[in-house]
Order: sequence, then structure tokens, then C-alpha cells
Amino acid sequence: MSETRYTKDHEWVRVDGGVATVGITQYAAEQLGDVVFVELPKVGKAVEKGGEAAVVESVKAASEVYAPISGEIVEVNGAIEGEPAKVNAEPMGGGWFIKLKVKDAAEVSALMTEAQYQDYVKGL
Amino acid sequence: MMNKQGRATTGSGGHHMDIETISGDRGLDHEEPLIFELGRAGKCGVDLPDLEIKHDRLGGLRRRGQIGLPGLSEPEVVRHFVRLSRKNYAIDAGLYPLGSCTMKHNPRLNEKMARLPGFADIHPLQPVSTVQGALALIEELAFWLKTLTNMPAVAMSPKAGAHGEQCGLKTIKAAHKARGEKRSVILVPESAHGTNPATAALVGYTVEEVPANERGRVDVEALKAKLGPHVAAVMLTNPNTCGLFENDMRAIADAVHKAGAYFYCDGANFNAIVGKVRPGDLGIDAMHINLHKTFSTPHGGGGPGAGPVVLSAALAPFAPLPLIVHDAGGFRLVEDKADAKARDAKPFGRMCAFHGQMGMFVRALAYMISHGADGLAQVAEDAVLNANYILASLKDVMSAPFGKGPCMHEALFDDTFLKDTGVTTLDIAKALIDEGYHPMTMYFPLVVHGAMLIEPTETESKRSLDEFVAVMRGLVEKAKGNDKSRFQGAPFLAPRRRLDETAAARKPILRWTPPAPKAQAAE
Repeated sequence: MSETRYTKDHEWVRVDGGVATVGITQYAAEQLGDVVFVELPKVGKAVEKGGEAAVVESVKAASEVYAPISGEIVEVNGAIEGEPAKVNAEPMGGGWFIKLKVKDAAEVSALMTEAQYQDYVKGL
Repeated sequence: MMNKQGRATTGSGGHHMDIETISGDRGLDHEEPLIFELGRAGKCGVDLPDLEIKHDRLGGLRRRGQIGLPGLSEPEVVRHFVRLSRKNYAIDAGLYPLGSCTMKHNPRLNEKMARLPGFADIHPLQPVSTVQGALALIEELAFWLKTLTNMPAVAMSPKAGAHGEQCGLKTIKAAHKARGEKRSVILVPESAHGTNPATAALVGYTVEEVPANERGRVDVEALKAKLGPHVAAVMLTNPNTCGLFENDMRAIADAVHKAGAYFYCDGANFNAIVGKVRPGDLGIDAMHINLHKTFSTPHGGGGPGAGPVVLSAALAPFAPLPLIVHDAGGFRLVEDKADAKARDAKPFGRMCAFHGQMGMFVRALAYMISHGADGLAQVAEDAVLNANYILASLKDVMSAPFGKGPCMHEALFDDTFLKDTGVTTLDIAKALIDEGYHPMTMYFPLVVHGAMLIEPTETESKRSLDEFVAVMRGLVEKAKGNDKSRFQGAPFLAPRRRLDETAAARKPILRWTPPAPKAQAAE
């Protein structure tokens, strides 16, 4: 499994055998507040880097989750649809959103590293 | 302990008693069950004669079981709703600082006019000859709206702001279609009302966001870079949701028009500039006017809205039906496309069955005429003055992200001042309820962290504003003084304590279900 990479929109990506798991970061989950609803895409859908991949709604706001990289959706985390609280409880783990078949590995390595992301968040 | 006067009474010891009442009621604050829990089967508030139907013609559609309406007498119904209404907060009860919503006083003259039988007791299907006065009123209101905006046409029928947006975008779509163009994108600033992107999506467009600059206004260069042959329109609110005047309107309009697109203005905040700025002079092609905000009329809590859309010369031919025309026979309605075509109009369709919200029209015109043109300008001036008084009175203890300059009709604060206090924007809002106020708008606009948006409106007196400012300053002091207990769990003095919004959103209970019958052997 590769190291975790991050986007400026506060998504994280972890690649394992050509499949990327995508979720929202701890910071994003804290900023959103209690997540009350999650809308996930259909398996098989092709998403472009930066395109809308899912919707997350909290008591404060509704936001899009953008695809950090291009690829085809191979799995979605149905558990967070039934139990949105999981996104707050384990954003970096069991609260993942989608799994993508990676189209271009270079898109992953272009994303922020853990250290870069922590610096980025500090500056916000 | 349960003082309902809006005075702070908790926490500091003193002369309070925690009394448990036998009834569960607390003074004049009654605990009130749901009407279904109050009702008894077979009870009825009216005495209806027995039906004498020999045979009905309903066939197999005849109802067999009860439909489950609660049975109550008239006084029980009256009491139920009076008790509920006393838990309500309204502009008639106190200052209502809900930003972006413009909860302004509705003059009682409006209500007197709206109840005149010639306006109140007419039906949209009456012969046109019998409603000439009502049509004349709609035409006169249209004239005022066109004059105040310097726009040549207005579609009167949209029933509220978002409906007006839909009307405006459909008009724009029809105009592009008439030119043989199909455009797919609407540009919307990131501080927009949520209805703007929602409307664009509903009308079949995709939405692209335009960022704000560090002054809280639209970044004009970023907007220009996004313009192109695929862009149908730019939707902009002015004054915007940060309570700031967008001062690059002409430059934006020129760029939008050069790209073959149209300039839509969300007129939700027109109350800040009515009588001072004419949107037509800014190059706007379409703008809805929330009559229920700018021209009083009761709204909120389910009161109706009205969102007429003023249109530029380029868009006017595509305005929706019905059109009102005046000829030798008096006022007449153009109801179909063939009739419209004969008058060189190409309406895209219609927004609703009839003419819009007649009651709101009467109230809005009563408001306009009673204020006069000079009075309306003063309404805008006083609204801006009051908001700036709030901004100036609070910005030393709160944090105003754009507080360097003046604001328009609403004052925006963020939650920087609450950093490390453990108190949040939500806590401040809930504590305001204990203080006897409806909370301000919170967490909107989204471009500001922990936003608190306060719109006092023009009718609040200096005394009323001073009282509110004193309460806000007091709450801020408590928050900064680490008095977290004042906030956690607030409101303490409302009929209900803090509600679990998360549970309500995750596991909503959308209807009442009768309790299961008790087992007979329970005793």
C-alpha cells in the first residue's frame, strides 16, 4: 500500500494494487461537523480528476467530494450511507467514500504528501 | 429559574427557585401535545346534517375506513393553535436579525388594503371585466418596479425568489434558443445564495463557481477568464451575501455581453439599494425582486412570497404568460402563444396557472405608495445605516472579515474572535434565544468561517439596536471569559433545550404514528 496523498480540497487517496481508496481528511470532517447524509456514485462510473465524485452533507453545509484522480469507480462504501457518523468517527479509515481504478499513477504522485498537507492546513 | 422575560437569570445564584409544577406547564408557557394526541375519535367541532345520499357514484372508490383526522371542538382547536403561536418568534414580537432574509416590519396599512373585498374576494377565473381594478393594480405595481429598476419589462407571476430565478433563466434560455444557440454553463460566485446554483441545475445548466477576491467581491479577472461561447449567463447578487456592494458591475456586464451571455442579478438584497441604484443602469438583463423582502409583506414561517422578474429589452419578448395589455376595452389578458405572437412577443411558457401572488402585490404597492419614491430611498438608507451601526458597535469585540469599510444592509462576522474559547457560532446563536432574540443567520455565507450574518432592517430604532448590541457584547464577554457553561446546552429558557440536529437529520421522524393500543391486561 502506498503512502497517503492529499488534495487542497481535503480528500485523501491511498493506492493499493492499482486501486485508490478515497475519503475526506480528519480536518475536513472536523470542519464539516456532524455528517448526516452521504451520496455515493454508481459503481462503474468514470470520473475525471477534479470532477464531482460524491456529496457529503453535514448539519452545517452540503459539499461535493471531488475525485482527486481520474478513474473508474470500482467500489463504494455503502456503510457510510447507512451510518454517516462513521465519516466523523473514522474519516481516514472506515469512513472512506469510494475506490477508483487508477488511470494514471502520475496523478497520484502529483498530490500532496502528509507533511505538505499538514503545512497546507496550518496555513488556512 | 424559568424567567421568560428575556433577562439573563441563570447561573449567578440569586433569587431563583426551581419549581416543578403539577401540570408540567410553566406559567403562561403551556406544554402542548400534538393535535392528534388531543383528538378523540367521533368528536366534531361542527354540526353537520346527515347525508341523504340514495346512491353515490363513487363506485369502488368509496372510502371504507376512517381517514384519521383528529376530533376536537372549536375552542379546543383555537386553544391549541393559540398556545402554539405563543411559542413562535415573529418580527411583531422582537428584533429579527436573520441576515439575508430581511425580516422587516409589515405596516398594518398593507393588511387593511389586502383585505379590501375587491382584492381579497376575487377569483382568477372571474370574467376579466369584473376584475379591472385588480389588473390595474398589477399594472401599477409593474410600473413602479420598472421605474425603480429602469428596466423595460417585468414578469409578475413568479411566486418567490427562486421561482423568479427560474423564470429569469428560462427567459435567457429562450433568448439563446431564438438566436439558434445552445449554451450550457451558468457562472455563479462562491458566495451566492444556494438557490442560484440549484436553479441553474433545475433549468438544465451546469454551474461553474467564480471565486471572490480578498475584498469579498467577485474576482472580475477570474470571471472574465471563465466567460466563453458556452456560458449562458452570470448570476450575481448585489449587494452580495457578505453584505457588500459589488462595485464592478458595469465591467462585468460589458464582459458578459461581449461573450454573448446575459447578466442575471439576484435581487434578494434590493432592499439595500432601492431608490438609490437602478439595476438597469448597471447593465443587468434580468433580476427578480423579492417583494416580500424589499416591499415588506409578511414572510417567513410559511407566509407567501412573490418574485417578479424585471427584464431588459433583449429579454423582454420572451417573458412568460399571462401578459396584461390595455386597449380600448380596458385591461385584457394575453393567455396563449398565438395571441402573444400577434403582439410580437415570444413567451417561453408560463410559471404558474394565474397571475402570481395577488395579496403580496396589494401589500407591496401599498408600501410603495405610502412611502413614496423619496421614502423608499430612505428605507434603503436607514437599512444600511442600521447595519453599519451594528457593525461599528460590535467589530471591536467580534471579528468582521470585511470590516475595514462600511457594509450595506447586513453586517457579517466570522468566528475568529471565538478561537480557543471552546464556544462556537452555534453556541452564540442558541444563547441569543435565551436572551429573547431569534438568532442571526449562521454558517452562511460559506465563504466566511463560522459566519454570523446580522440584518437588523430599517425599522429598528436606535434603542432596539442598542439593546441587541448590549446583549451581543455581553455574550461575547462571557464566551471570552471562558464561561462555557453559559453556552453548552443553550437555550436553557426556551420551551425546549438544545435539539439534537444531527439525530433529527440522520433519523428524521416525518409523521406522527398512533401509539400501539395498550394491552388489556396491563393492570
